[in-house]
Amino acid sequence: MSRRLRSDRPPLGILVLAGLAVVFFALPFAGLLWRAPWSDLVDVVREDAVRRALWLSIQTSVLATLVAIVIGVPLAWVLARVDFPFRNFVRALATLSMVLPPVVGGVALFFSFGRRGLFGQYLYDWFGIRLPFTTAGVVLAQSFVAMPFLVLTVESAFRQFDVRYEDAARSLGARRWYAFRHITIPSIRPAIIAGLVLAWARALGEFGATITFAGNLPGTTQTMPLATYIALESDPGAALILSIVLIVVSFGVLIGLRDRWLGNPHEVTRS
Amino acid sequence: MRIPKPRRLLVVAAIGLLCACSGSPDRTTLNVFAAASLSNAFTDIETVFEVEHPDVDVVLNLAASSALATQISEGAPAHVFASADEANMNRVADLMVDSATIFATNRLQIVTEAGNPLGIETLADLADPSILFVTSAVEVPIGRYTAEVLTRAELTVRPVSLEESVKGIVTKVSTGEADAGIVYATDAAAAHPRVTSVNIADEFNVIARYPIAALSTSDAATRFVTFIRSDEGQAILREFGFGSP
Repeated sequence: MSRRLRSDRPPLGILVLAGLAVVFFALPFAGLLWRAPWSDLVDVVREDAVRRALWLSIQTSVLATLVAIVIGVPLAWVLARVDFPFRNFVRALATLSMVLPPVVGGVALFFSFGRRGLFGQYLYDWFGIRLPFTTAGVVLAQSFVAMPFLVLTVESAFRQFDVRYEDAARSLGARRWYAFRHITIPSIRPAIIAGLVLAWARALGEFGATITFAGNLPGTTQTMPLATYIALESDPGAALILSIVLIVVSFGVLIGLRDRWLGNPHEVTRS
Repeated sequence: MRIPKPRRLLVVAAIGLLCACSGSPDRTTLNVFAAASLSNAFTDIETVFEVEHPDVDVVLNLAASSALATQISEGAPAHVFASADEANMNRVADLMVDSATIFATNRLQIVTEAGNPLGIETLADLADPSILFVTSAVEVPIGRYTAEVLTRAELTVRPVSLEESVKGIVTKVSTGEADAGIVYATDAAAAHPRVTSVNIADEFNVIARYPIAALSTSDAATRFVTFIRSDEGQAILREFGFGSP
């Protein structure tokens, strides 16, 4: 009796609903693959404009992810481990750009870091730095919308991390920074990588904030999502192929990284 | 019988929805797809037309003509299409009930940040590489017209961004992020005083021609196109600075 209760067979109702979810995710891609002009694939991918957009997308999304790691991981640690007033407020602020429509984020960046923006005017007047219409502006827009994914994932890992490991290391003479680098960070590595992948994927797909804040120029600010959108107006076939390239790149990285570093969920909690 | 609270809410919502749906049973919806540069004029025309034709509910879809043409050829339910150029109108030629007719014209102007701080006086000034110039891709009517003007003036101007529509160009210039752009005279006038406009010499300027076509055989679509071409419709377009066909 008890063996039967603990059988591995999942309930039918859940299976049906889960199947529905899979169909829901799969159907749009089916439509896209069905309409794609496959015979033009090689020609479109060989086009200079497409290659430039893809290369720009890869560069900017990797840079945006690096920005997220350098300042996002410390922020996640502070949010998880330091008790300070208005912590919830800071956490909400740090994740706000994740729930906002990206265009709103772009408008906010525009009036803050634009050439006539609240801070941007000083960047421009004092240092001659102009962010709109530059690749740096694209990275800024991508970091702004992507970093919350890393912060949230890593913060929850820091919370779950057992501080006693750190204490043990320190009781054996390890300095704080040494314990952090050699005990804490390796223990939460899967979470960091998961956050990194999520942030990178979000940066790669960034559209609204980029086109609003950084503009759209091939080779400088026209990333793959922008190129896809622009192509849709003049050449829907090319837009479909651009979408497929983007899907292949993202899907490949998601699958590759999961198997390589994340393994199955049990392993994650063990490591 | 007592209905539990959340369910009571649902019932209220359902009744509300029913009422909303049956609100105006005899008004026909007319989807008008119009070029971004027609935004202000067509919003006015919508109001006047609906007063005179109370049985029609005009719904405007305003965007770059190139974007609209794509939506239409992908099956968007457009009843009337008003484009800012003939090239994009021709893309939906097989859906037209009757051939398209030109109903308005427009001129191009340079717009600069309010007060023209860089002293831009002529097209040639735009070729200065330190000037941040914005335009649109050549698929978008304003992008094509701008390219035509620059070719006539034998100038090479490198833009810093290709905006989605003429509205995007106006926004980038009026917020001061870009120094200059070329837009329709009607958009330049509507953006005053947030931008300053500079005339383009006649020898280089082009005349933008706006065609309109019904894409549905419905009576409402025919009436709308007729209204646009009538004296009354034309008067509204004049008010916003459009030229006669």
